[in-house]
Amino acid sequence: MAADTGAGARSSDRAPVTTSTAADPAGTPLLRLSKVGKSFGPVQALTDIDLDIYPGEVVALVGDNGAGKSTLIKTISGIWAPDAGQEFWEGRPVTIRHPRDSAALGIATMYQDLALSDNLDIVQNMFLGRELMRGPLLDETSMELAARKTLADLSVTTVRSIRQPVGSLSGGQRQAVAVARAVLEKAKLVIMDEPTAALGVSQTAMVLNLVTSLKQQGVAVLLISHNLNDVFAVADRITALYLGRVAGTVRVADTDTQQAVQLITTGALAPVSHPSA
Amino acid sequence: MSTTSEASDIQPDGPPVHPDEGMPSAERPAVSNELVTGSLLDYSKAFAKRARSGESGTLPVLVGLVIIVIIFQTQNGKFLSHGNLVNLIDQAGIFVTLGMAEVFVLLLGEIDLSVGYVAGVGAVVTAELAAPPHNVNWFLSCLAGLGVCAVIGAVQGLLITRLKLPSFVVTLGGLLGFEGVLLYLIQQDKHATGGVISVTIPSVLNDIVNGSLSVAAGWIGLIAVVVVFGVYSLLQNQRRRSSGLVTPPLSLVVLKILVVAVAGVVLLLICNANRGSALVKLQGVPWIVPLLLAVLTVYSVLLGRMKFGRYLYAIGGNAEAARRAGVSLNNIRLFAFVLCSFTAGLGGIVYLSTQDSISSGIDGGNYVLYAVAAAVIGGTSLFGGRGKIVHALLGGVIIAAIYNGMGLLGLSAAAQFMVTALVLIAAVTVDAVSRRGRTA
Ligand SMILES: Nc1ncnc2c1ncn2[C@@H]1O[C@H](COP(=O)(O)OP(=O)(O)OP(=O)(O)O)[C@@H](O)[C@H]1O
Ligand SMILES: [Mg+2]
Repeated sequence: MAADTGAGARSSDRAPVTTSTAADPAGTPLLRLSKVGKSFGPVQALTDIDLDIYPGEVVALVGDNGAGKSTLIKTISGIWAPDAGQEFWEGRPVTIRHPRDSAALGIATMYQDLALSDNLDIVQNMFLGRELMRGPLLDETSMELAARKTLADLSVTTVRSIRQPVGSLSGGQRQAVAVARAVLEKAKLVIMDEPTAALGVSQTAMVLNLVTSLKQQGVAVLLISHNLNDVFAVADRITALYLGRVAGTVRVADTDTQQAVQLITTGALAPVSHPSA
Repeated sequence: MSTTSEASDIQPDGPPVHPDEGMPSAERPAVSNELVTGSLLDYSKAFAKRARSGESGTLPVLVGLVIIVIIFQTQNGKFLSHGNLVNLIDQAGIFVTLGMAEVFVLLLGEIDLSVGYVAGVGAVVTAELAAPPHNVNWFLSCLAGLGVCAVIGAVQGLLITRLKLPSFVVTLGGLLGFEGVLLYLIQQDKHATGGVISVTIPSVLNDIVNGSLSVAAGWIGLIAVVVVFGVYSLLQNQRRRSSGLVTPPLSLVVLKILVVAVAGVVLLLICNANRGSALVKLQGVPWIVPLLLAVLTVYSVLLGRMKFGRYLYAIGGNAEAARRAGVSLNNIRLFAFVLCSFTAGLGGIVYLSTQDSISSGIDGGNYVLYAVAAAVIGGTSLFGGRGKIVHALLGGVIIAAIYNGMGLLGLSAAAQFMVTALVLIAAVTVDAVSRRGRTA
């Protein structure tokens, strides 16, 4: 992908648009997908997907309904294995065939239905499945301390008590708990599928702040969103999918909403007037 | 609230301690103890708030019990007599035990309709072994009965978890099938005259319900319980306080210890009074009391303080979330059904001890209804995810109180059934309404 320079003028062919080398930061990508494909019977959902995500980077995955965004993140998180292509984690080739595999690598996926237990409190949810123990008993004190610290590090301050049931939280607060869970797992890459889809203005701002907090802690974020305002607010780079292919990867600093919309809707950029990079 | 362990019990969500209590910002890492410790008044305010929002825990159940007691006492002065209260404790034993069994599966949002006859089968196995001609040691007999029940639970649990059959249907099959097994076993026993296996010889089995601790042993036991509970509560409080977590005020902890001590003293005074005649003295705490308290404690620790309990609540609340968190749904569910049937076996032994015998006449169908009723009346949700073992104790005592009180008043079985039904419907209504309040 980094070598894909010079191809400035794209026309009707659906080859990816890349605003030259500038799109890629230096160093080894945390996750690299190379020519990844996935089909469901006759439906070719993903074709030749190339995607690099660097540590501490926020990459937004955009595209129209049915473009393949959810399919792509499910492939990354191991819900199913890709049919073609290769995946690299920190430069090493890996095969991710099961959610366990991705979790072991340090990938935390937040699906849109957040998967929290309403009847458990915030601490219990954050530690569900990896409780701290003192002998045979749960170590509530240590878990509460760690939960409190994690939430404080994420600057989450709107929660009344971390011992309240998650069912009593707002949508944004629930997202915060899910993000805190990912941080506790020491995830290196957090994948979020439309985390702001159902949220109001201030709650959306809160979630976007969480994304920024993750980035500041050196965690990479792959963010799916239909809301370009959100994308432009937090993302470093945007990858647009179009009919299961990468239509283009652009740096937020080098582009604007209009171009992004064009990529999403037509799968290509009209020859741009100003050269990037 | 009901889902959380004792730790969160003693820490209701939010006396107005600090605007963002529990989450000090980075600049304020060390919070002084004065700030994280609310006063007793703050806690009572927070408690009142929870009570209004339907998160009040066991308080309404206790109020209900008091009302029932007042009604019966005004109708018949004997209700609160020493002799009758001990009688009531003995009657409650089976409801409480079977109710505890049911809590495990209700927490999953499942149900076990077979506990009544599983208890019966457990009792038959125990009685067969303990009675002549086998005369097996009472302890081994009980172990065998409990073992058979655990295996029954495993079989039902495997059908439910591996074949994905609904627990309602599988255990409905159990309800029918194990009555059949019970009848068959009793028919096969040539020593069971008239379909009754008596266990009068191994006196320990009878003593579980009919025997009593000595007066001195009762007091020693109580002191031991209060000391252990007190030290544990204070240490727990100290650990939270020194970690800088929101800690209930010391006065609240002391108050709790006092309440336990006073309740224990009252129980002992009732049980230690002579309930026999002047000639044949009958006094002391029935064995069933320390026995049930021990089971209650073990199960409460299992549910509130161990991984198994945490996962049970998690599955009952959101099975998909638990699965994604790496919880092994099938194993936890299976173990819950095993525990349920095992505890039903304990109920069978309690029944055996109450009756001194087990007969083909045991009404397991009725007992399972009382078991579910006990758990639900006590505050366990039928919808899964909310409930505690102690609910079975409270609900079981309420059912026994109704049963006992109406018997004293000479009311018919018809009236008993109808009143119990009304109490049950009231309890389920409270459950459903408060649930709606929470999700809204
Ligand atoms: N399990 C499946 N079986 C068959 N086809 C599938 C499956 N999952 C997705 N697809 C197909 O793959 C394509 C991409 O779907 P995907 O859900 O990834 O889109 P998306 O970009 O997430 O869209 P949206 O914005 O609506 O969420 C669609 O044509 C869809 O029908
Ligand atoms: Mg999608």
